Amino acid sequence: MAQAAAVAKPPAPPRRRRASATPRRLPYLLIAPAALLMLGFIAYPVLSVFYYSLQHYNPTKPWRNGYAGFDNFVHAFTQDPQFWDTLLFSAKWVVVEVGLQLLFGLALALIVNQTFVGRGLGRALVFSPWAVSGVLTSAIWVLLYNSQTGITRYLADLGIGSYGTSWLSDTSTVFPAAVVADLWRGVPFFAILILADLQSVSKDLYEAAEVDGASRLKQFWHITLPHLKDAIVLSTLLRAVWEFNNVDLLYTLTNGGPAGVTTTLPLYVANTSVDAHNFGYASALTTVAFVVLLFFSMVYLRLSKFGGEK
Amino acid sequence: MITEIAPAPRRVVSEPVRPRGGRRAWDEVPRWQIYLPLSVYLLFTLIPFYWILLFALRPAGSTSLVPWPMTFDHFEKVWTERSFGLYFYNSVLVGIATLVLTTVVALAGGYALARFDFRLKRGFMLALLCSQFVPGALLLVPLFQIFAELSMINSLASVIIAETVFQLPLSMILISGFIKNVPPSLEEAAWVDGCSRFAAFRIVVLPMLRPGLIAVGSFAFVHAWNHFLFALMFLSDQSKQTIPVGLNTLMNADSVDLGALAAGGIVAAVPVVIVFAFIQKWLITGFSAGAVKG
Repeated sequence: MAQAAAVAKPPAPPRRRRASATPRRLPYLLIAPAALLMLGFIAYPVLSVFYYSLQHYNPTKPWRNGYAGFDNFVHAFTQDPQFWDTLLFSAKWVVVEVGLQLLFGLALALIVNQTFVGRGLGRALVFSPWAVSGVLTSAIWVLLYNSQTGITRYLADLGIGSYGTSWLSDTSTVFPAAVVADLWRGVPFFAILILADLQSVSKDLYEAAEVDGASRLKQFWHITLPHLKDAIVLSTLLRAVWEFNNVDLLYTLTNGGPAGVTTTLPLYVANTSVDAHNFGYASALTTVAFVVLLFFSMVYLRLSKFGGEK
Repeated sequence: MITEIAPAPRRVVSEPVRPRGGRRAWDEVPRWQIYLPLSVYLLFTLIPFYWILLFALRPAGSTSLVPWPMTFDHFEKVWTERSFGLYFYNSVLVGIATLVLTTVVALAGGYALARFDFRLKRGFMLALLCSQFVPGALLLVPLFQIFAELSMINSLASVIIAETVFQLPLSMILISGFIKNVPPSLEEAAWVDGCSRFAAFRIVVLPMLRPGLIAVGSFAFVHAWNHFLFALMFLSDQSKQTIPVGLNTLMNADSVDLGALAAGGIVAAVPVVIVFAFIQKWLITGFSAGAVKG
């Protein structure tokens, strides 16, 4: 209906120049609410993290509070094995999760992009975990992994494994168990983004390739993949940052355990500041995380061609 | 998203041409190659959903693999005894307030970015892109201090503001993309007819943005509904807590009541599932039209 109203009135010939009709301050007024919110609740907290990273600051030990120079950083890099462990685990978590999510997401997108009976329902069902929260994902997988009434019990009924197996409390199984839980929720993200991008591949290209006798594998390799390249690179990067930052799932599923083997750097920061109240040190760790993220965002800006026509 | 189509190498392949019988390339995939992997993946997707339904509906202590005899005791218990009724109300408030605030603020900013050139525009865009990388989880302590100074701890407003702020950058980038897709000439025609800029926006542009706004608004709602850390940190008063915090409490109990946890999980999932079913058709097209990648 909006289109109809709009089409009924073609632009009149003597067009007013937009600049002259626009008060200068209007764009600033329009971005002001967003800018103020972001200054107050993103920029200011970030700066305060930088400030506290150079301070000893612990409300439970006020006698030590004061300027610390780079003490917090020196401590993290030289005397805190847990810092290195959590940084390393973060890297492992991000690489494994993002790699597998991309692989399965791509496969899934290619499948549900085909024409077949039941496609709409199939898409809705395979995408559905996308909307499920980290905490709910944890709740679901806590039920599945429960040692008394989870799947291990029914597997044991079938003679596979033994009763009372708890994958989440064994340091050798907790990593794959957590990875699978997060995959369950993460694969649809890639599948949705890649499927969206697949919509814009010209069908003519496939027809032409078909005429030329190219196999489906060749078509995928020479048409589909080059088309998806940008989308894949950027969504992988965004997802990597998201997986690095997100603590909901691991916090509730394993709480970094058992024995700290699933503690990511952000989780370690949260524990250091919330449980140990060591805000100064936590701020230094956060600063390190920011440097890691800064690297990602530089790559992102370069790849999304920020300097280009934008 | 990506507007240019990658140049496809049109090389002549010297393989023998397979019999085609006039079928087009994308119809050619054998059915089993679709249904087999899809079924396997569906099992992986659906078993966890079935599992939580099973635990929510079968009586406590049952080990049956079908939810029969069926009981709704767990739902009653979690809704009243475990205060999920109250949490649900709080979560709805947070979700809707975040939706409205995010959409309105992002709409104003997105319009400015799409339709004006101004001196700070480049810097503002850069700030938007970069702030997508700033994790709320790492800013919990300074945010807590800010809200403490504003006396907003234990008030839902703190969570609403925090959720909105971290939704804004992406929402604004998306919305400015949607607005750019509306030809400026339509608006200009309305000005010539005597509409003010705001009236022209409301009458001409806004109706065309509806699918995009629904997608952005639903995203904001779902994120606010699902997100957990802000509520956990800023709302210590039990009567102010939200559903994910309630779920976390159930999970961390000394002896986990699995039936209640499952029922609570379903309470948490229902609104999201409804929203998701509602926006699904816009999800693919909305993402294609907007600029997810800025």
